[in-house]
Amino acid sequence: MIELTGITRIFRMGGQTIYALNQIDLEIQDGGYVAIMGPSGSGKSTLLNVIGLLDRPDSGSYQLDGRTVTDLSEPEQAQYRREKIGFVFQSFHLVPRLTAAENIELPLVLSGLAPSERKLRVNEALRAFDLSDRATHRPSELSGGQRQRVAIARATIMQPTAILADEPTGNLDHRIGAEVIALLENLHKTGTTLIVVTHDRELGDRAHRQLILRDGKIIADKKA
Amino acid sequence: MTLADTFHLSLKTVLSYRLRSVLIILAMTLGVAAVVVLTALGDGARNYVVNQFSSIGTNLLVVMPGRAETSGAFPGAVLGQTPRDLTLKDAQLLGRLSQVRRYAPLNVGEAELSAANRLREVTVLGSNADLIPIRHMKLAQGSFLKRGADYSAQIVLGSQLAREFFPRTQAIGQRVRLNERRFLVSGILAPQGKTMGHNTDEIVIIPVKQAQSLFNTTSLFRILVEAKSHDAIEPAKEAILETLKQSHDGEEDITVITQDAILATFDRILHALTLAVAGIAAISLIVAGILVMNVMLVAVNQRTSEIGLLKAIGAPAADIRFLFFAEAMWLSTAGAVFGFLLGQLGSLLLRLAYPDLPAWAPVWASVAGILVALITGILASILPANKAARLDPVQALGKQ
Repeated sequence: MIELTGITRIFRMGGQTIYALNQIDLEIQDGGYVAIMGPSGSGKSTLLNVIGLLDRPDSGSYQLDGRTVTDLSEPEQAQYRREKIGFVFQSFHLVPRLTAAENIELPLVLSGLAPSERKLRVNEALRAFDLSDRATHRPSELSGGQRQRVAIARATIMQPTAILADEPTGNLDHRIGAEVIALLENLHKTGTTLIVVTHDRELGDRAHRQLILRDGKIIADKKA
Repeated sequence: MTLADTFHLSLKTVLSYRLRSVLIILAMTLGVAAVVVLTALGDGARNYVVNQFSSIGTNLLVVMPGRAETSGAFPGAVLGQTPRDLTLKDAQLLGRLSQVRRYAPLNVGEAELSAANRLREVTVLGSNADLIPIRHMKLAQGSFLKRGADYSAQIVLGSQLAREFFPRTQAIGQRVRLNERRFLVSGILAPQGKTMGHNTDEIVIIPVKQAQSLFNTTSLFRILVEAKSHDAIEPAKEAILETLKQSHDGEEDITVITQDAILATFDRILHALTLAVAGIAAISLIVAGILVMNVMLVAVNQRTSEIGLLKAIGAPAADIRFLFFAEAMWLSTAGAVFGFLLGQLGSLLLRLAYPDLPAWAPVWASVAGILVALITGILASILPANKAARLDPVQALGKQ
């Protein structure tokens, strides 16, 4: 469960103070499917980054699975990101030097798992995301859809409780985008919390809950 | 992240940026190789000189007329005296000292050697039978100067002279002339080549009194003295000074130099030279270290979004710092190893090109070269690694 209370994130730009997030209170149940929407600069990516422990709020408290995580140390936060959260980005963020299999393996490497165990789980993931014949290809040799499948496989390899996707279809055409959404929704069906930041109204409508942000505030919270 | 994974992942990075890695490793390699080759050269020169000095004798003392000292007035000068010459009687006195094993008086001059219609200018040494053991000379044929026969008209030829004057006949037993004096060839020196700038293959040796008479002098050029042991060198020096002072009416007008002292001085000077050269070479290593720092800083900028991603998928700052450390470690270790090998190859080529020069890099220099390469590489990576570890993940991810 994700619980945000009074979360505020401030950026200072040229002497001006910008409230990227302004006193956000939010609760997301485990297994939820939430779309965060709103115009550019409304704070939706910042909200996702705070939930994903990539960004520290200036004030407010954040409880993840009943534990306050805002005051954790840097290595402890890294461990939470590693074990509980999977990120999917608009521009995939694959390491260009590593093969598809090695990119998927990265979180397992960071967690210090033994190589034999890693191989097993990576092969399983490659099969599950239909990437077995692309295992030894580098990102530059993969199509956009394949790259995003690798990224999703990487985000899920640690079996996180939440997948955070920031415009996951932004760099893909409509048909491939729909395939990627289908993959993410399949993960949600197995019980993973799915939080998607998007501009795309159609994609937002598929979520069970829509948060509309404007100027750092939640102005609408629609449940389907 | 385990240590093995850190090294494995950073090795992959090193291998994938091939040109960049090759260039840094090359810089490190040249630095380490420079240290190894230059110290090999310096230490080789030192050993060469020390060997040359050792080859002229063991526990050797050289007695010279005159005082090699410029401080104070020479008391005899007021009375119109000059330093006394060394005489054969002085040499015999020294031979009786308990610390002295043997002595050889020495006269040196030029004379015309003629035999069998041939004629040439040669260096003539006048000495006694003990010159051979004292100076570590070897006889190829015949016999050396007869013991106690200072007047006998015998002559020992250098190997090249024997070959030149008697190319087809046996030289032993032949008659030769030195400035119209007749001598009988009794022995031929073994070829020795040059030591200390003298070619012993082109000298002749005659009894000391024959030499004095040939050069019309009663004095000696030097007295070579061999002490009984290494420990006896200093006491022998004292005793020689004391004995000759008495024999010269209380005037201390001779100089005794020991082979040991000269050796130690050369050893010190050339060792310092080697150190200085190694230090200059080490500067190139530090330059290579700065190159590593520069390249690693560029790498952090290039890989900013990748660092952001690693943070997003749960890499703590410490892991990222160590990844960059490990990368610098691979580069500098490779540079150190290749540099060491290249340096050894360079020293080998030096030894092949100059067989007289024992150009072996001293162990300390190789170890120091490798260590300096590793340490500068690691130090140079601290700044970039910290920069990478401190990157804000959100901003890093936003950068393409």
